[in-house]
Amino acid sequence: MLDNFKILIHQGKQFIPDITTAEVPGIFRGRPVISNEKVDDDKLVDLCPTNSIAKNPVSIDLGKCTFCGECAFAFPDKIKFTKDYKLSTNFRDGLIVKEGEEKNIILNPDLIRKEISKYFSGSLKLRQVSAGGDNSCELELNACSNVNFDMGRFGIEFVASPRHADGIVITGPISENMAEPLQICYDATPEPKIIILAGTDAISGGVFADSPALNRIFLTQYKIDLYIPGNPIHPLTFINGVLELIRKRK
Amino acid sequence: MNYIDIKNNQCIPLASIPVLEYEIFLEHNTSLLKESQNHCVNYYGFHSDGKIKLICCIANDNDGSIYVSSSHINMNETLLSFTHHHFAFEKFEREMHENFGIKYLNHTWLKPVRFSFDRTNKENTISNYPFYKIDSEELHEVGVGPIHAGVIEPGHFRFICNGEQILHLEIQLGFQHRGIENLFLENKKLLQRVTLAENISGDTVAGHTTAFVNLWESLCNFSADKDLQFTRTLALELERIAIHTGDLSALCTDIAYQLGSVVFGRLRTPVINYFQIWCGNRLAKGLIRPGRNNFPFSKKLNDKLYKLFDEFERDFIEMCEESFSLSTVLARFERTGAVTHQQASSIGTVGMSAKMSAIVRDIRSTHPHDFYSSLNHQPVIKNHGDVYSRVQIREEEIKQSIGYIKKLLKNIPEENKERKNLSSPSLNSFAISLVEGWRGEICHCAVTDEKGELVHYKIKDPSFHNWLALALAVRNNEISDFPVVNKSFNLSYCGHDL
Ligand code: SF4
Repeated sequence: MLDNFKILIHQGKQFIPDITTAEVPGIFRGRPVISNEKVDDDKLVDLCPTNSIAKNPVSIDLGKCTFCGECAFAFPDKIKFTKDYKLSTNFRDGLIVKEGEEKNIILNPDLIRKEISKYFSGSLKLRQVSAGGDNSCELELNACSNVNFDMGRFGIEFVASPRHADGIVITGPISENMAEPLQICYDATPEPKIIILAGTDAISGGVFADSPALNRIFLTQYKIDLYIPGNPIHPLTFINGVLELIRKRK
Repeated sequence: MNYIDIKNNQCIPLASIPVLEYEIFLEHNTSLLKESQNHCVNYYGFHSDGKIKLICCIANDNDGSIYVSSSHINMNETLLSFTHHHFAFEKFEREMHENFGIKYLNHTWLKPVRFSFDRTNKENTISNYPFYKIDSEELHEVGVGPIHAGVIEPGHFRFICNGEQILHLEIQLGFQHRGIENLFLENKKLLQRVTLAENISGDTVAGHTTAFVNLWESLCNFSADKDLQFTRTLALELERIAIHTGDLSALCTDIAYQLGSVVFGRLRTPVINYFQIWCGNRLAKGLIRPGRNNFPFSKKLNDKLYKLFDEFERDFIEMCEESFSLSTVLARFERTGAVTHQQASSIGTVGMSAKMSAIVRDIRSTHPHDFYSSLNHQPVIKNHGDVYSRVQIREEEIKQSIGYIKKLLKNIPEENKERKNLSSPSLNSFAISLVEGWRGEICHCAVTDEKGELVHYKIKDPSFHNWLALALAVRNNEISDFPVVNKSFNLSYCGHDL
């Protein structure tokens, strides 16, 4: 028993006091900033492994970007990744960052369904469905609940059954073999319910986008309430995104 | 000669692999496995000239050899199975049956492996999988999944139980199948391929990416500079420390030992954050690239790592001493989920699943690459094959890896600023790469055509062998012990399903 106390004292307080202003240690590939510098656009577009870069104007679609950082290495004056981890939004076009525009990625309050702020602002229980994910977003979602990030303090938790959940969090590009289980899980979640896409694979298929082994029909049928980019998503990105969704009011 | 004897990361002309009559091919490979130092690292087929070319790779753990042989069979030939002679081939043959419709005469049960999108028999679907059944009024079945109750990947587990006691467990996988091997051929850019390698299994980014880049460099006749080798070795050992530590936390969670769960969980954070500091991604995505390195290791990074270990080691050792002296913890770990030496050898397990049952199988010592020859690695071996053996392996491997890293840091290679560009891959060639990831042996194989284009890419995650070890481990255990046994293996779904 005494040993246990000793360990507790050694551990000290581990939680991040303010999750909304915490700084990511070291380097991070968060929200990119694209300058107006002239570069060889075709070369830039061609370099990207996931076709996230478009030209006229040069833009990066964070829903496709796998955050490899190679564009910034090849064209350091054109593209820089900032440490801004607040990357979530509730409309697909909100994920597109254009050259010369430096603005934060935000949620559009008009698009947040009324039920969300009405029922979920103080507590949100989520069922996670890994649908062809590579387990990296799953690792980070688990990390959200550890002693550092301590997402539970905001009433946001992952639960074991869709029956207990207010919504689902999808990771992975949705493999054909997971299409039906995903649908069953969604149907089993009581109304009102939300859908969160966590990670680039879920949002666009990511590096798997062209694979014939996927079946993404599910996503065309329902409104997506939150897009959270990253490969994998950073716990700070996830928690802040969900908090924005449930706390923001018109 | 029935085979060609090659080393890890060697590239050879495809034509130099002896093509054997199937009977001789079978006799040769199955008799190799009669000797305990040999095990099958990969056995697969691919379409070639209207036929199917089978390639079998057997590694010798004593002298670092890999014996490669091949056979060219007709599409609708019925074959005698390797499995009849050695059970370690069971899954490989099921996979070939699923992919190409190859019929085997005396295989135990040719069930689908992963319901790949291009399987021959589309009637076999993931929802009509033929589970093993026992007809009995006393026994009952418990099915869980595919969606896991936690934040974990999907798989379906079907137990046959006598009350609380598990008699049989069947594990159905394939839910995570993304067609990744096919994408290696479809996506022609090297950056796309290395990004794919990073996404094979997100908890083994360093492991799979190192296997890919080593393979690619050997195809391109490029010998990696010391600083590249240093990066890969360091990343592999850091990944091992991080995931093992996280697993110790999860194991404590599953036996409701809160303090261990929280402290080990917390200790993982600085290690994965170190990857963040080094390369901007907590799981090391972006760090390892073929023929180059975007994140040279600096003096500052070196100092940070020493500091990290000073703090980590103190807390880690304290927590291990406390946890593993508690009778309540040991009572749940010891003798739970045991696999015997005989079982483990018969199914060809690798990694922790082998080392827990006194099988000395570790690529770092038997087929070293990058800096491993200089580290002179001695695998951590246990005898009981139970949860506690797997826990102890993790604890000791973490300490061992810290020691290796400190040794590596004594002599950090200078960055080569005048790196040669990678040339294109050799024509009509075969290459193989083996890496000891934290979970065990990873194997990547590639075949190129007359233009140097990839015509086949084969990935084998350690989980491919080891899922069966989990199924055997839980026999005669209480069903309530399943979570802790499962976690003690911590196998990959996506790495298996590909
Ligand atoms: S960081 Fe994103 S946009 Fe840039 S090359 Fe990589 S995937 Fe493309």
